[in-house]
Amino acid sequence: MYVTETRDEKLAPNIGTYESALRGPGWAAAEQELGWGQGEPLNIGWHLSDRICRLGLARKPALLWEGADGAERSYTFDDLRVLSNTVASFFWRLGVYPGERVCLFLDRVPELYIGFVGLLKLGAVVQPLFSAFGEESLLTRLADAETAAVVTQRKHLPKVRRIREKLPELRHVIVVDAAGLALREGEIAFDLDAEPRSPGFPVFPVTPESPSLLHYTSGTTGQPKGAQHVHGSLVAQYLTTKWVLDLKEDDVYWCNADPGWVTGTSYGIIGPWSNGVTQAVLDSGFSAERWYAFIEKRRVSVWYSAPTAIRLLMREGFEAVRRHDLSSLRHLASVGEPLNPEAVHWSREAFGLPFHDTYWQTETGCIVISNYPGMPVKPGSMGRPFPGITAAVLDPKSLDPVAEPGRVGVIGLKPGWPSMIRGYWNNPDGYAKKFANGWYLTGDRATVDPDGYFWFVGRDDDVINTGGHLVGPFEIESALLEHPAVAESAAVAKPDPVNMEVVKAYVTLKPGFTPGPDLELEIMNFVRKRLSPLAMPQEITFAENLPRTRSGKIVRRVLRAQEFGEPAGDLSTLMEE
Amino acid sequence: MDDLRKTILDYVRREYLEEGDDRPLDATTPLITGGIVDSFSMVSLKRFLERKYDAKIPDADASPEAFNTVESIARLVMKFAPEKAKV
Repeated sequence: MYVTETRDEKLAPNIGTYESALRGPGWAAAEQELGWGQGEPLNIGWHLSDRICRLGLARKPALLWEGADGAERSYTFDDLRVLSNTVASFFWRLGVYPGERVCLFLDRVPELYIGFVGLLKLGAVVQPLFSAFGEESLLTRLADAETAAVVTQRKHLPKVRRIREKLPELRHVIVVDAAGLALREGEIAFDLDAEPRSPGFPVFPVTPESPSLLHYTSGTTGQPKGAQHVHGSLVAQYLTTKWVLDLKEDDVYWCNADPGWVTGTSYGIIGPWSNGVTQAVLDSGFSAERWYAFIEKRRVSVWYSAPTAIRLLMREGFEAVRRHDLSSLRHLASVGEPLNPEAVHWSREAFGLPFHDTYWQTETGCIVISNYPGMPVKPGSMGRPFPGITAAVLDPKSLDPVAEPGRVGVIGLKPGWPSMIRGYWNNPDGYAKKFANGWYLTGDRATVDPDGYFWFVGRDDDVINTGGHLVGPFEIESALLEHPAVAESAAVAKPDPVNMEVVKAYVTLKPGFTPGPDLELEIMNFVRKRLSPLAMPQEITFAENLPRTRSGKIVRRVLRAQEFGEPAGDLSTLMEE
Repeated sequence: MDDLRKTILDYVRREYLEEGDDRPLDATTPLITGGIVDSFSMVSLKRFLERKYDAKIPDADASPEAFNTVESIARLVMKFAPEKAKV
């Protein structure tokens, strides 16, 4: 069944029609619109700030920010230009140089967004990390990246302090709200609004292939991998924002994602600002009432959210929607996990608009399959490949495109689009394994229907997609083993009505420990503090033993199948108990 | 402040605030919208309440709004475990 949008006909979609976009010049058009020519330097930071001011938008609001306590701060594009210069100058004076990794370990405060732009201008590689990460998650990622500086807030400083001695490459810890705080050696206060402003800064002339960002992402095996993005990603992020999110000059845009994750940088910073669009940011946890009030107050017109959030809103019902004037909304999109048809139907009834599902990954850097404004939405479908992206469902064995509609295979993408990662940090083998037979392998399984719409089926590995975030089982199992009571561990996905999947752990205990609810809660909190709330098992089963192969490897698929009520597949290689 | 609210407040402070985090916290401090407890961590907080007060809180009632302050959590416990909550 198709769902078409109700929209103001005066606002024709930026993409035109999908078919016309397929025939058009694609990425080359974006390069031209960005005023960039082959062989010239390309610095994302400059494009998000100085260039927008040169287009005559210096006085336009770039950021409308609201904190959890109701505090408000706003910045124009000229503020963004000057303050990002100020950030870049500060780090330059500190002796942080192009190519060095600088971690932004911050809540969604203005310093995160403006600092991001400033560090790119400097030529540093930005490493945003989710501020809810525990010290073990932080340590793993900072050690791997050999990070030179961390920017944080006083409330997250204790986590950094506890691991600092284990990070010999970490030279500076910058605290953005340090007033009245006794700082230690190597810790420096930086007050964005009080720092002397630097009207000019010689933007580092990086090339499209120069590293820009390091986003850590989880896989089935080993620790998280640092996905290396480059400045040339701008071309893809600019165009996909314009065509998929349909941002226009007068829009106020709200992206729910935290910049600790790739959506929060590609479409929470780079996409809207490269298009010169005002974005609103709410640094607050989930609350339907608060979110609707924010949309109403800020007159948000384009909203990029996630299925988990939408399902939480659905739980609050239509009454909460009706209490607010949400007529400013004109386009809705969603990312992170498959958007179920019920959510599309609900949003149409609640807001008069369907959420448009979009699909991409940390490694792709931009939306690669999507439902587009003006194109019929098939509720539950991922949509069609972005013009300029070649996507196919591949036979799992031959890795050749599947010809017949409806057959399940792995989603493959032809390498070469501008925002594809250029490697995993310190892990060339891991990167090489992502490619085969001329395709980038997403690890996601899908089908294609006769109209060319993709339909998500599931992951091709043991990675857990919880609330739109990928969590690696290995990292959780390692943390579980650090608990004094745990002898063996396995982490698998468990289906969940709100988060799609949550983490479920199976553990065996060391002698002398007794299973029970108190120990379960203790282990849950142990993992939450070491890794993150996302990684915390929401349920733990205490087992006598775990299924293993004859060579001793724990077989997660048996446990996962148990959770999903599916057949476990071939059990002939399992060790007999 | 009664024992119920004090117990919940102490648990939140101990489990969800970083050591050295000097933010003021009382029974009306927003926990979810304030970023102290997120929707994933809510599960462990709910588990604690169920264990401590022998309360069976239905998932439908365990909304972010209901868990947003110690005060609202206390009301939830009173609703689903009135006897234990008085102890």
